[in-house]
Amino acid sequence: MKVKVIGIPVLDQEIALQFYTEKLGFIKKHDVPLSETSRWLTVVSKEEQFGTEVLLEPSPNHFEPAKTYQKALFEAGIPYTQFNVDNLQEEYERLVNLGVTFSMQPTEMGTVKIAVFNDTCGNNIQLIEML
Amino acid sequence: MNFYQQELNRISKICYKNKGQIKTVIRTRNFIENNFEQELSLKLLSDCQFTSKFHLLRLFKKYYGVTPMQYLTDRRIEKSKDLLQSGMTVTETCFAVGFESPSSFSTLFKNKIGVAPIEFQKKQFSQSTLQLNL
Repeated sequence: MKVKVIGIPVLDQEIALQFYTEKLGFIKKHDVPLSETSRWLTVVSKEEQFGTEVLLEPSPNHFEPAKTYQKALFEAGIPYTQFNVDNLQEEYERLVNLGVTFSMQPTEMGTVKIAVFNDTCGNNIQLIEML
Repeated sequence: MNFYQQELNRISKICYKNKGQIKTVIRTRNFIENNFEQELSLKLLSDCQFTSKFHLLRLFKKYYGVTPMQYLTDRRIEKSKDLLQSGMTVTETCFAVGFESPSSFSTLFKNKIGVAPIEFQKKQFSQSTLQLNL
């Protein structure tokens, strides 16, 4: 058994694709139309193009409980998932310059440094640097 | 302050109150990061931090969830993937990341990654070639 794909619920797949590629720097991996309103849409890290794929899934628009769960996490400031970076401060500054909004600035917590941003698609995402 | 930040503060006060211990394990991890291709032992790592081997072992596992030597092995395997992808031979990669025996390296690599180093390398090349041809 292998972990090949993890899912992130998004309110709009096209906006999510733009954000995850143009701001975060991911690369589109698979884009398969499933219906008029949804695609099997995955992106991968530029540094690990054969690594785990992130599925930008439109579940909040098709399944009410998914929408409720996503909204509750967002309002509580809880990240839906997290991505690792080598230098959090540099990545934070790069993203702020691109207009990304952070609910938590780089903060040391024990053996890690973390920050949380809004992915504009209904989620908080955490960046983490291991210290 | 939102709920998540309040929770982080609460957990931080419980888990990360001993700043001295945290500095020790962070220094140890950084030492491994900067010297993973060298011959490293728990004794050397603990001597560098003026602490006992078992104390360091316990602390490292407490904060990172793995022992220093497990962390070292994982770091070496991770680096070996990059080197194999860049075209370095299996034997060269083995020594470049600090392992001493190519056969033990191949066995360990297969256990951790699921395929032998040579298979991993072939797979990466075939995927890259496929992508270039598309």
